[in-house]
Amino acid sequence: MNDKATIIVHSGDLDKIYSALIVANGALSMGMEVSLYFTFWGLSRLKKGELEKGPLSRMNLMGIGSRMVKSRMKKANVVSLERLLSDFKELGGKIIACEMTMEIMGIKADDLRSDLIDEYGAVGTYIQEAKESKINLFI
Amino acid sequence: MSNKALYVKMTEIRVDVTGETCPVPLVETRKALRKASPGDIVEVTGTHPASKKEIPMAVKALNLELMEVNEEQGVWKIRIRK
Repeated sequence: MNDKATIIVHSGDLDKIYSALIVANGALSMGMEVSLYFTFWGLSRLKKGELEKGPLSRMNLMGIGSRMVKSRMKKANVVSLERLLSDFKELGGKIIACEMTMEIMGIKADDLRSDLIDEYGAVGTYIQEAKESKINLFI
Repeated sequence: MSNKALYVKMTEIRVDVTGETCPVPLVETRKALRKASPGDIVEVTGTHPASKKEIPMAVKALNLELMEVNEEQGVWKIRIRK
């Protein structure tokens, strides 16, 4: 069996979603299996039309910081989160959505981009994935 | 009667990631390697400095053959056999 990486995507901040997806795609590229467990603010980024809309974790300045970083990323030729996510799926990455978060935050299955989600689960699903993983991150 | 079975069809796949930055060169290399058949050669051309080191690391992790790495005026070329 291949080595595996598991990441809890808890934050919905733009910069942290970037970190999670870049690490995930790097791991897939180096032959690992990867599971992303989306929970809390992270899960709201999987709502339709919300992926690129996260604030910056610091110096967001009501969205000015976020826009500034995006424009600098564009200049540096950094790809969009949409592109990272579609690469993630193309390379066989797995996405798990936290059911409890959906309940707490009133997110319906219809609100989420269900084409991206492989599984809906709770902590047991995460532990099952994480206990056999060599890389385990909480972002 | 044809001797088709005697031919081993080997393809060369070219991937151009010139100007692309992290993690695109690594990801595009992996995409091409996934699509390639055993024996095919994947040739990646790019300019992102870290990827010149990291693509060979991925090749090793994937148990594939690194055939060649060279660089001329900031443009590197990496050849991999699946």
